[in-house]
Amino acid sequence: MEDKQYMDYIHTHAQKSSHVTTLVWAFLVGGLICCVGQAFGDIFKVLLPNWEQSKISALVSMTMIFLGSFLTAIGVYDKIGIHAGGGSIVPITGFANSVVSPAMEFNKEGIVLGMMAKMFVIAGPIIVAGTVSSVVTGFIYWIVELIR
Amino acid sequence: MEIFLGYVKAFAIGGLVCMIAQIFINKTKMTSARILVMFLLLGVVLEFVGAFKFIEEFAGAGITIPITGFGSTIVKGAKEGAKIGLFESVTYGFRNMAGGLTAAIFFGFLFALIFKSHSKKV
Repeated sequence: MEDKQYMDYIHTHAQKSSHVTTLVWAFLVGGLICCVGQAFGDIFKVLLPNWEQSKISALVSMTMIFLGSFLTAIGVYDKIGIHAGGGSIVPITGFANSVVSPAMEFNKEGIVLGMMAKMFVIAGPIIVAGTVSSVVTGFIYWIVELIR
Repeated sequence: MEIFLGYVKAFAIGGLVCMIAQIFINKTKMTSARILVMFLLLGVVLEFVGAFKFIEEFAGAGITIPITGFGSTIVKGAKEGAKIGLFESVTYGFRNMAGGLTAAIFFGFLFALIFKSHSKKV
């Protein structure tokens, strides 16, 4: 019983100090990644003046995904993730990480059933949620257009 | 100066979004898949109710680089498609995901072939 109380004590107190630290890390790393994205947006706007805004933002996403994938591949992104937590998960680079990381890990179980299948362990739910929202909102917008 | 201010805003809002995610991770032990789905849906809802463009005007990449931006482009595509017809209304959202998905899947495939997994070392 005393052991349990002691463990509870450690748990609550350790949690408290690390809680604030993780928030600061998440804020700093997340903010920094967004600034990198902002910079690519500004650079592409200058380099590709006749591209429309939606294409520029897609290109920025793809560039960030490339960076996230590459940093995952060389093992850097997971090291950032240990401290950054939400700061490395929520940006689009974290989505790239969630695809590349299992793809690399399960590559040894075969190309088709290992890498290609397990690539979607985390990305799968995102694609499903995205596709369903796309159909639902699209259908609502279509009905609104009909009524107009 | 104005450009600099844009970076400060992007940093602040982007950091804030990630910090909220971290609060959820700390308090609920949610895994990254759930966090990503939740913030994607947040982006979908914000875009659908029309709030996203105001946040985007203020924060720029601070809200578009987090996965909320992905959710927003999906709804933007759906809205655009609905002006053309039923087929376009249900498929243009996915069309707007195409760039990001293509990049993630292609680079995932490529890098998994080239690089060895680091997960054992960590």
